[in-house]
Amino acid sequence: MAKSPETEHPNKVFGWAARDKSGLLSPFHFSRRDNGENDVTVKILYCGVCHTDLHTIKNDWGYSFYPVVPGHEIVGIATKVGKNVTKFKEGDRVGVGVITGSCQSCESCDQDLENYCPEMAFTYNAIGSDGTKNYGGYSENIVVDQRFVLRFPEGLPSDSGAPLLCAGITVYSPMKYYNMTEAGKHLGVAGLGGLGHVAVKIGKAFGLKVTVISSSPDKEDEAINRLGADSFLVTTDPRKMKAAIGTMDFIIDTVSAVHALYPLLGLLKVNGKLITLGLPDKPLELPIFPLVLGRKMVGGSDVGGMKETQEMLDFCAKHNITADIELIKMDEINSAMERLAKSDVRYRFVIDVANSLSPP
Amino acid sequence: MEKVLEKEAYGLAAKDESGVLSLFCFSRRETGEKDVRFKVLFCGICHTDLSMAKNEWGFTTYPLVPGHEIVGVVTEVGAKVTKFNTGDKVGVGYMSGSCRSCENCSDGVENYCPKMILTSGAKDFDDTMTYGGYSDHMVCAEDFVIRIPENLPLDGAAPLLCAGVTVYSPMKYYGLNKSGMHIGVVGLGGLGHVGVKFAKAMGSKVTVISTSERKRDEAINRLGADAFLVSRNSKQMEDAMGTMDGIIDTVSATHPLLPLLGLLKNKGKFVMVGAPAEPLELPVLPLIFGRKMVTGSMVGGIKETQEMVDFAGKHNITADIELISADYINTAMERLAKADVQYRFVIDVANTLKPNP
Repeated sequence: MAKSPETEHPNKVFGWAARDKSGLLSPFHFSRRDNGENDVTVKILYCGVCHTDLHTIKNDWGYSFYPVVPGHEIVGIATKVGKNVTKFKEGDRVGVGVITGSCQSCESCDQDLENYCPEMAFTYNAIGSDGTKNYGGYSENIVVDQRFVLRFPEGLPSDSGAPLLCAGITVYSPMKYYNMTEAGKHLGVAGLGGLGHVAVKIGKAFGLKVTVISSSPDKEDEAINRLGADSFLVTTDPRKMKAAIGTMDFIIDTVSAVHALYPLLGLLKVNGKLITLGLPDKPLELPIFPLVLGRKMVGGSDVGGMKETQEMLDFCAKHNITADIELIKMDEINSAMERLAKSDVRYRFVIDVANSLSPP
Repeated sequence: MEKVLEKEAYGLAAKDESGVLSLFCFSRRETGEKDVRFKVLFCGICHTDLSMAKNEWGFTTYPLVPGHEIVGVVTEVGAKVTKFNTGDKVGVGYMSGSCRSCENCSDGVENYCPKMILTSGAKDFDDTMTYGGYSDHMVCAEDFVIRIPENLPLDGAAPLLCAGVTVYSPMKYYGLNKSGMHIGVVGLGGLGHVGVKFAKAMGSKVTVISTSERKRDEAINRLGADAFLVSRNSKQMEDAMGTMDGIIDTVSATHPLLPLLGLLKNKGKFVMVGAPAEPLELPVLPLIFGRKMVTGSMVGGIKETQEMVDFAGKHNITADIELISADYINTAMERLAKADVQYRFVIDVANTLKPNP
């Protein structure tokens, strides 16, 4: 007979899960494996709420395996380390991000690009190397192979640093890969949400001129005066959009709704690069003439490898970059999800797990 | 007041959106001090000529003398011309002028200069219309003239001036020219067949991707491709998933990108050189989960056009052509519209274009 989530592993754990595509989260008893020789057990302090969590609990992409315990922006304290673990000791402050497994032997893994390994396993809603389902960070603790655990740098707060584990690396990785780090170049950030606001901060730290591109004029003050963007472009203002044509070296496009690429491509200079990070549920329309006539490109990127995630955390600690968060209790998660669906958050919810998650 | 041009010329022009070409007499400027004047021997017919003749893109000014795959022999050079002499075999491609001072021009990519002047159908710096190579002779600024290698037959070399550089430039720019790579070429027409030849010469494994089996024998046995995929055959496509470093897509018709993106390895590059008029559907997930990219490219700068033609000379690469007489032009255009040519028509201008019909 198949084991239940509570009995399939030796150690009982408590968390919150969605059980169907209503996405409603509620208390959930399950279990986790013993701490193996390569593992680190993390008592979870905080967990960021990523838009992917919302998509997954509602089965927007069609591959959710219920019950789903979401959460892949996890910060906590190492409570156990296996005998082969060299990088961490008990008491260390650590993070766990989007990935907790890969084959560790393919070309991508050898290049520290575990995120592109064909056997890459997500922190939740995926099958781990032991053949059982992974449950994420909306829970008391998590057991993770040391390769997928990150050292949380001194000076980086646990609560506002947690979203960097997904949002941070998601923008940092393509900014490095596509050479957006040359001071003085002009970066456009389309969309000002969880990803976008971190992209502005990291872009400024790279010395870039940053323009926020948004459909909401009321975000201008935020963008410029609080986040430090150099300018703000409203996509519905044709005069301003026209004046900005051909001015940007790169665009980080964080918008996940289906949206028009044509006006964004027009903002790029010749050889300009638009990197799309949002995950729309339908294909976008790609006009070919701007690509051909201006040798422009559209690329994508998917989080980052473990080495560059650590590099990103260290970079953010050095430049005092954290996410702007709204701290919530575990039992506020369902209303937070409703607000997230309406983008009503500046700019990431973070669950105060240690102080608010307790069995009923 | 209109500027008076000095030298008589004649050619074939489209006079309206029917795109039908007929004899047209006009004039060209005198040879300026930096100009090269040459008698046109051959001119390739690019699909762009057809699109422009029929005003498919909405910016054609009539009368239009098309032609930007032009090869000929120099008859006169201006006093300050240093690179060419009378008798030299030369060519002119898609552009005949640019601002010479912007960042693109300084980087050798005049093709992306915002003031780039098309060889055919554009307003020149002196406010006159440019008339292309379906004509008896050309006069062009030295900086936009290409030397044709001695060993290349001129008729087969002409299409390289557009088709050749259009595939060569992105192969080089995107690093898809390294030996041992696996390159896909989508579409086997004017651009595609030259793409296969260049990629083979660069040491790549080449797979042609086409909509029908019909071209398999050609692709493999005559053009030298290593493999052939029928895009509608899902088993063939699935077996080839994740195998290609780059894909050069020469197809101008609307077509699905998702199966083609699936053929790329992680970090693979998809280059559009065809120009579909309607947007294509872009599935975003393959770009994100494989860090793949989609981009485009248009002809090439002058320096790389020369480099391309020298590369072709070194590897004996020419286009596969059907040589036609000037009076066949309208039939050729009809056949081109149906892709009924292997793989480029070239007009035997010197021998068949006459001032009096």
